[in-house]
Amino acid sequence: MSSRELTNTEAMAEALKEEMERDPSVFIIGEDLTAHGGIFGQFIGLPEAFPGRIIDTPISETAIVGAGLGAALTGMRPFVDLHFADFVTTAMDEIANQAAKIRYMFGGQTKIPMVIWAPDGAGLSAAAHHSQSLEAWFVHTPGLKVVSPCLPYDVKGLIKTAIRDDDPVVFFMHKKIFAKKGPVPDEEYLIPLGSADLKTEGSDVTVITYSIMVLHAMEAAQELAREGIRVEVLDLRTLWPLDWEAVARSVSKTHRVVVAHEACITGGVGAEVAARIQEELFDELDAPILRVGAPRVPHPFSPPLESFILPGPQNIMEAVHRIMETEI
Amino acid sequence: MAPAPSSEEPLSLYRTMWRIRAFETKVGELFASNRIPGFVHLSIGQEAIPTGVSSVLGPEDYITSTHRGHGHMLAKGADPRRMMAELFGKSTGYCKGKGGSMHIADFGLGVLGANGVVAGGFPIAVGAGLSCKLRGTRQVVVCYFGDGASNRGPFHEALNMASIWKLPVIFVCENNRFASTTPVGYSTSVGRIAVRAKGYGMPGKSIDGNQVLEVREAAREAVERAREGEGPSLIEARTYRFRGHFEGDPQRYRTKEEVEKAIKRDPILLFRRELMKRGLLDPERDREIQEAAQKEMEEAVRFAEESPLPAPEEALEDLYAGDVGQAAGKGGLR
Repeated sequence: MSSRELTNTEAMAEALKEEMERDPSVFIIGEDLTAHGGIFGQFIGLPEAFPGRIIDTPISETAIVGAGLGAALTGMRPFVDLHFADFVTTAMDEIANQAAKIRYMFGGQTKIPMVIWAPDGAGLSAAAHHSQSLEAWFVHTPGLKVVSPCLPYDVKGLIKTAIRDDDPVVFFMHKKIFAKKGPVPDEEYLIPLGSADLKTEGSDVTVITYSIMVLHAMEAAQELAREGIRVEVLDLRTLWPLDWEAVARSVSKTHRVVVAHEACITGGVGAEVAARIQEELFDELDAPILRVGAPRVPHPFSPPLESFILPGPQNIMEAVHRIMETEI
Repeated sequence: MAPAPSSEEPLSLYRTMWRIRAFETKVGELFASNRIPGFVHLSIGQEAIPTGVSSVLGPEDYITSTHRGHGHMLAKGADPRRMMAELFGKSTGYCKGKGGSMHIADFGLGVLGANGVVAGGFPIAVGAGLSCKLRGTRQVVVCYFGDGASNRGPFHEALNMASIWKLPVIFVCENNRFASTTPVGYSTSVGRIAVRAKGYGMPGKSIDGNQVLEVREAAREAVERAREGEGPSLIEARTYRFRGHFEGDPQRYRTKEEVEKAIKRDPILLFRRELMKRGLLDPERDREIQEAAQKEMEEAVRFAEESPLPAPEEALEDLYAGDVGQAAGKGGLR
């Protein structure tokens, strides 16, 4: 299959363009979409290509998400841009109480084909209101699906699938990966929700991760390879539904597991994955599962403060070293 | 032989009001005798509002409803048997027993759901309105809400958004004077909620919500405006809730005298007087209408009682429309 190098921004715009061409019920709604093609340029070219289907809104997150929901209930397929993941709190009722529950509460009468897309993550000295990784809230909320990919191939394939999905999908992309490049096939393809991907194969330790930490884990894996430690990096891509088979396959191969995410460790997605591994695969483990993530503190502004709390390749390497030292 | 439409139309409003009254009264009795679980919020005294509003809606039009929504559903054409079954938690209910009184919907009738969250319907109504506009239809959306909801943020975001895009949404405030226990005069910055429309550049009208024909006229005007693409309207229908906020409410926030006085303006009695004055109703026809409503709701109760309870493991169904792959394991999703 022939391919080109695209950034995540370009991969995302391409996915949206293809889906909007394919299905006239798809539209994009959110703040500041048309003037600059979105704050990360993720919608560049779309307002011109699809007049009236890229809808700028007032700063009214409650009404924006709710409008997406109301449209989804009446035959449309909205793609809602939340501007920053942190602002999700101002639309939490619409997401957690309404979109997540409406199908169930009403006995399966309807479907909610809606994507709620938000840039998340830290590392830009944006401080505590523009830096969070809040995926655990949504993984904890029945009725939602949660996606958080890292590389352009995954971003494009998963955006297309999320748009076609008949359930509400919360889709996070880390702010620092927008310019990240990677090969994207010329031909159309889809990636099913709930499918993980091995980014690096190894036999000693599995690092289970997603979003920007995939890059950090791949970097750590490269360093560790020089020491002879073969790390397997499993990119979950979708956080719910979880690709449990892929997790189990890798754990049964390496028997040592590190879970890593940028969000704070406490109550995080990593805790859920670790708990399930020890419940179902305890006999496969040669060492306790270690977690890498941020401490339970808001994101500080000043660069040395922020980098102090953010997990990176070094933290993953330390965890791998610790786990390799564990005596069986 | 069918009577001339001119006399049948008001009678059909009268019939709807009695059907709502009979349904609600029956639910109150059932709740008091512990035959239905959960919380129930009755709309007795407020029947004129959904009756008048729905009489100018078509089957293709949408509504969003509230926790006090039985009347909204019935007026839009819902089947009282399936409603009652839902209140009983039976599998034949509108939501197969997953929603209960506060979460009934019939998407086939354009009822986009009652809502357990006060003000939960506003953004959904805006979205439905946006969808009508994007799809280029002439459908309209009615968003029912109470006086309490007009003090929540979603009211303000939704009215602004509906206004800037000229969406076909009619915001219908059922001002029954109490947000649970809190009097509207205490909680609300304005004497008439309708004046808030001005801040959002749309017409606002405060009407007597106990006069069904007045409701119908205001709704007709707002619906026509919406269908013509001229944008949203706000109707404040002033009424009074005869029962407590919920069944079992000790109602310490108001006096018996106040309630008795309000009951003298019972919307059904007001309309009956009007119909008799116009010669459209006689005592015999009146009794027939009331008995028919009563019988219909008794039949609904029988249907509900005879219906099976859902199998316990159905608790794990209906969450997702699409495939969830390996997550759908034994013991439910995880």
